[in-house]
Amino acid sequence: MSAGLLYALAGVLLFVLGAAGAMLLAHLLRKVLAFNVMGSGAFLVLVGLAQREGLADPVPQAMVLTGIVVAVAATALALGLMRALHARTGRTHLTEEVRHD
Amino acid sequence: MKRLIRAGVVLAGLALAAALILALVQLPAAVVHLPALVATNLAQSGVEHPVTAVLLNFRGYDTLLEVAVLLLALLTLLALSGGEAPAPVGAADPLLQGLARKALPLIVLSAGYLLWAGAHRPGGAFQAGAVLAAGAVLLQLAGLLPAWAAPRLLLRLGLTLGFFVFLAVAAALLVGGALLRYPPASAGGLIFLIEAGLTLSLGLILAGLFLFVTGRRA
Repeated sequence: MSAGLLYALAGVLLFVLGAAGAMLLAHLLRKVLAFNVMGSGAFLVLVGLAQREGLADPVPQAMVLTGIVVAVAATALALGLMRALHARTGRTHLTEEVRHD
Repeated sequence: MKRLIRAGVVLAGLALAAALILALVQLPAAVVHLPALVATNLAQSGVEHPVTAVLLNFRGYDTLLEVAVLLLALLTLLALSGGEAPAPVGAADPLLQGLARKALPLIVLSAGYLLWAGAHRPGGAFQAGAVLAAGAVLLQLAGLLPAWAAPRLLLRLGLTLGFFVFLAVAAALLVGGALLRYPPASAGGLIFLIEAGLTLSLGLILAGLFLFVTGRRA
């Protein structure tokens, strides 16, 4: 097993962890963070899988670079929307979610 | 009930992880060998570093739209903030102000170096823009950045400059028949022009993303 494949497998675990977090966590800030973990996992899969034969591939690297910048912008936008929701309603959860704990 | 859903999600996650890992391990080798394709065409791209060549030449269209996405996110945040300025920091720390004043020239120098280095080694507009944005955030935290209190024409022009330079170059190249297909002779110069505009705008946009999220009322 090459190091690249190992990175890709770690990326899969991060992606699944983030996906489960995005579904299970009610607080919006945690959801945003979970989405970021998911995104990092996807980036790791892209970069790791492309260099599993040992040679770095510049095409996925450039795409992941693009993806990281877009993820930063999306995170900032999500946080801004979250703050706007909090300022208007005082809530940090989505409407349909009922808190049990 | 909630406990049951939780267990279901965890089980589904484990199943997904197992399926994905199995797929990755069994994945056949890629049919198209992209690194070789990039290496073959690198000489005509105008830059020497393959990642920069992919970002701004071979897949320049992606990067153009990426900058548009960034600008859109910032405009949405500006709209959300209702034109209100980022919160002014409390009593400014003179030590922090002194440090920020000393660090800023170095930050600008580093950004310039990263921009220049992008042509032949790791670096480029995005890295340089991120460094500039860190400088702007440092200035804001030190209370030395009054321009953000009211984003007027000059700041707005700076935010959009990179995108419009990129778009103008792309539109001008349409004369040659295709969007963003640089003539090999002038590719290096055009890419540097785009990257220089992008560095300034990305620095301002990334700083704005931070500063307007942490604004008074969001």
